[in-house]
Amino acid sequence: MKKLLLVLASTTAAIGFATGASAQEKAKICFVYVGAKTDGGWTQAHDIGRQELEKALGDKIETQYLESVPEGPDAERAIERLARSGCGLIFTTSFGFMDATIKIAQKFPDVKFEHATGYKTAPNVATYNSRFYEGRYIQGQIAAKMSQKGVAGYIASFPIPEVVMGINSFVIGARSVNPDFKIKVVWANTWFDPGKEADAAKALVDQGVDILTQHTDTTAPMQVAAERGIKAFGQASDMIKAGPETQLTAIVDTWGAYYIKRTQAFLDGKWETTSSWDGLKDGILTMAPYTNMPDDVKKLAEETEAKIKSGELKPFTGPLKKQDGSEWLAAGASSDDGTLLGMNFYVEGVDDQLPK
Amino acid sequence: MRIELEKRAKVSTLFSILSPFIAFLLTIVFGGIMFALLGKNPVMALYSFFVEPLSEVWSLHELAIKAAPLILIAVGLSVCFRSNNWNIGAEGQFIMGAIAGSILPVVFYDWQSPLVLPLMMLMGMLGGALFAAIPAFLKAHMNTNEILTSLMLVYVAQLFLDWLVRGPWRNPGGMNFPETRTFAVDAILPEMIASGRTHWGFAFAIIAAVLVWFMMRYTLKGFEISVLGQSERAGRFAGFSSRRMIWFSMLLSGAFAGLAGISEVSGAIQQLRPVISPGYGFTAIIVAFLGRLNPLGIVAAGLVLALTYLGGEAAQLSIGVSEKVTRVFQGLLLFFVLSCDTLIHYRIKLIFDRLTATTSEGSR
Repeated sequence: MKKLLLVLASTTAAIGFATGASAQEKAKICFVYVGAKTDGGWTQAHDIGRQELEKALGDKIETQYLESVPEGPDAERAIERLARSGCGLIFTTSFGFMDATIKIAQKFPDVKFEHATGYKTAPNVATYNSRFYEGRYIQGQIAAKMSQKGVAGYIASFPIPEVVMGINSFVIGARSVNPDFKIKVVWANTWFDPGKEADAAKALVDQGVDILTQHTDTTAPMQVAAERGIKAFGQASDMIKAGPETQLTAIVDTWGAYYIKRTQAFLDGKWETTSSWDGLKDGILTMAPYTNMPDDVKKLAEETEAKIKSGELKPFTGPLKKQDGSEWLAAGASSDDGTLLGMNFYVEGVDDQLPK
Repeated sequence: MRIELEKRAKVSTLFSILSPFIAFLLTIVFGGIMFALLGKNPVMALYSFFVEPLSEVWSLHELAIKAAPLILIAVGLSVCFRSNNWNIGAEGQFIMGAIAGSILPVVFYDWQSPLVLPLMMLMGMLGGALFAAIPAFLKAHMNTNEILTSLMLVYVAQLFLDWLVRGPWRNPGGMNFPETRTFAVDAILPEMIASGRTHWGFAFAIIAAVLVWFMMRYTLKGFEISVLGQSERAGRFAGFSSRRMIWFSMLLSGAFAGLAGISEVSGAIQQLRPVISPGYGFTAIIVAFLGRLNPLGIVAAGLVLALTYLGGEAAQLSIGVSEKVTRVFQGLLLFFVLSCDTLIHYRIKLIFDRLTATTSEGSR
């Protein structure tokens, strides 16, 4: 009992100090994360963006976040909590938060929302996404150069357009170097599950692939690749620490620039609904250093990266056929964004059935 | 020396009542110390955990939404557990109930009528009960272990749902994303009161709890459940059939879990997605035991557990602790409640074994 009194006494003393200064004028910018902010992948990339935002505009804003928010009704509550706690601009950073974001946005018309990777907008809801597939094209080229066996393993999460697009882009890139290149796809059906991802990686290595790439969020596949002595690509964050001898490059999401740009617009009163889909040239996506590869491969990768940035090269440019052999894009024609965003078919060369 | 738990001859009534309060005090003390060690203000932390979620109307609604499925499932499970049937697969029955109930709004979406909603609820209960009938049949007639079968069927249900929303039930207008079409207004469980999101699922939970409480306390069926649970042999002498009890308890808990599933989908999510439950069916097992398998206790336990979820979020925002810390705190609470309850029924006994004591001394 004495102990309890002691704790209570010391804490009531502490509360006096805590309620001193609070900056009223600072705008609150808030984030909802689907994973832990230290997941080493997707969510960590968003959190780094948040920190950059704080560094850049810290004198005018403060940031708050909720992490490991499950998609579904819990997300709705989490977003509502942020809207009620005085957040002016809220970034919801997972596709599964889409409907929850739209619902809460209707309730709080004065709060601005930004939803990552979705397709529903509203007067106070903007969407933002990154052209991850540009990086996957470069990865495909590297894979085709580096692979002895001409087969790469691909750990995919869910068969949604974003992921299908990535697989296609990887294959198109690889086939631009080696027309016989093949990939094996394993659907992990999760974004974040180190155990499952590692199992998928092991299964792929056992099937004889000598390059791994992933569209899931943890470093587990990278670690498996390192153990088995093959090469791999990182996803969302630079995963070089998980495989110093293994990582060829990684698609690194660099959301910070976008967060700063949008928050600045919000502060200036110029925030408007947009559907932003930026890529390598806008700096929302960067390639981790090209490592563990010969100089000529590195040179090719750098050239391709420069061409994509300048707009000279678009990964989805014909002649391209669909998996069933039917014509998709004529020579020189490029796919429109609408087709990409709803992509539900494979291009020629993918050795997998799209889960139906 | 070893530690043993020895059953107490007599259970103290006073401490049975006091135990939750003692557990709560211990949680506050140790939780406070934990927050202090983390450099956070313990009073603020505890305030955001236990008081802040209760201080606003919208947040009370959220509490009810979060607690409703937990209570409804746990009430059904309490009947199972009391009768010594270990249904661990409520999560699967929850999902199957949600799927069965969603047949109307997803497949027959054109049919709009006030009948849709009651039919959905009935089909939800039926779906959950039928899915629970599998382990019930296997136990009653093949003598299999229902813990294993019911648990394994959870994965079957999860993958079945996953297949449905990616395949045959995928929303044709949904850009190929894995979700069904959103329910029409007729198929959405309405909100109970205008001030917030609480839907009728919460009312179902409370009604179910009261009904089961009444059954356990005042009816022969309730007596049958307890007798068979405590001693199957004694039950047989009284003319009760343990086989029928397996069917009764499994179907009842399956139906409740199914109703919880369709209520959650219809009231809160309004479409099917690959994942519709953050593990309600498993958390409900904790709720059932926290409530000491008493339906009214379960209502309280469900609300308390829901409060710690909401409080965890509030604490993340107001004092800036990580989500992991809030989980640890939740664990503290459960640990103290369950250990206090255990110590009512058992005493800790230290047994000094002379023989091993001398040998260990000799070896030194």
